Amino acid sequence: MDWEALRLSLRLAASSALLLAPLGILLAWPLAYGCFKGRLLLEAITSIPLVLPPTVLGFYLIVALGPRSPFGQAWEQLTGARLVFSFQGLLLAQVITDLPFFLQPLVASLGGVDKRLLEVAATLGSGRAGVYFRVALPLAWRGLLSGLILSFAHAIGEFGVVLMVGGNLPGKTRTVSIALFDQVQSLDLAGANRTALLLLAFALLVLAGTAWLRSRERTWS
Amino acid sequence: MKVRTVLFALLFACAAVAAPVPVAVAAAADLRGALEELKAEFEAGQPGIQLQLSYGASGSLTAQIQQGAPFDVFLSADTGFPEQLQKAGLAGAQDLFPYATGCLVIWVAKAQGLESSLDPWQVLQQPGIQKIALANPQLAPYGRAAEAALRHAGLYDPLKPRLVFAENVAQAGQWLLNGAAEAGLVSFAQADQPALRRAGSFWRVPVDAYPAIRQAGVILQRSPCPAEARAFRAYLTGTAGQAILARHGYGKP
Repeated sequence: MDWEALRLSLRLAASSALLLAPLGILLAWPLAYGCFKGRLLLEAITSIPLVLPPTVLGFYLIVALGPRSPFGQAWEQLTGARLVFSFQGLLLAQVITDLPFFLQPLVASLGGVDKRLLEVAATLGSGRAGVYFRVALPLAWRGLLSGLILSFAHAIGEFGVVLMVGGNLPGKTRTVSIALFDQVQSLDLAGANRTALLLLAFALLVLAGTAWLRSRERTWS
Repeated sequence: MKVRTVLFALLFACAAVAAPVPVAVAAAADLRGALEELKAEFEAGQPGIQLQLSYGASGSLTAQIQQGAPFDVFLSADTGFPEQLQKAGLAGAQDLFPYATGCLVIWVAKAQGLESSLDPWQVLQQPGIQKIALANPQLAPYGRAAEAALRHAGLYDPLKPRLVFAENVAQAGQWLLNGAAEAGLVSFAQADQPALRRAGSFWRVPVDAYPAIRQAGVILQRSPCPAEARAFRAYLTGTAGQAILARHGYGKP
């Protein structure tokens, strides 16, 4: 068992969920309640990572984050370090790929909040932001939690993008799924078995947890 | 229904007569350039055979073959992996054949503006080089050779923070091409591809710095078309095949 890889994956997943939370909460607002022309487009754009092959994403990311891109150059000037092959680069890639996993349950939950409660809050003098942050969001807490769990879990499992922009550096970019790939490729099947079993149990736990949250949502609110 | 069955049967019968026999070749990633050229010439001379080429790290391909991947021939970037397959009973004693000797080079991007008179080890230590790409030493023979060469030069530990590991030598080449890494230790064949030649220059690593990369292949026991596989081996190790390999920077086996 490659504990260093497991620790790295947990750190990566937790950081990406933490970064996603504010970003996702802001994006979920127009997606759930907005009525403007570009809403469907915004929905499509934020869902792209769900259907795009990780290789496509990995390819664009290595071009977009690489030292020849304006973004990669600006990053190198600011921090003095390269963005690809670094933890920060992986984190950025993770935030992009995990976004729909955070957004979808949250937007669904927000859509299920009783509209009358929101209208009452508005008539009682709450501004739009007040209605969203103080009424809608607390009522949709299960969607928020599911989103956090799902995006965290997806970050643990992400493989293709990490393989393409990571560089397999122990403690920095060798995540647990890459370690498993290495174990299989170097014919360490016993080690691969242990790692795979752990990941399987984890995935099962996560899905059972989110399913439980969803079932509570249906019966309570 | 009946008509359709008959039509299908006819279709398959025709296909069986007309289609060339496919020979599936699993090849080390460094061979891509040479094999694409070789495939065209080989098939022109042998219209009854069609080569199906797959590339990867030699170690990864060995693992796949041990798990039953349906390849007829495996061309490794070393001799150890084919021997391993032989020991596992997946290839007969006479089925292993050396076909080339590989050459390791240090490639550096043009943007570094280095003089070609520099010593290859000085090249790697230039301050402008932030990342050095090599293939994973556990899976790829060229990665193993690169690590050995760096250790031989006493540079492995000082340069370690700059090393990044690709799944195979082709991915290392891709990182060099898009600038993610400024320098790399790759095969001569990789560095000599037109795209990489345009983007940088390369230095040969002194041959005493790493154990010789003796590349060998095997015809796999499971192959349903051993005669065609042997025809391919004969071509690869014959004068025509060796001439193509030499053009791509490989030495005699």
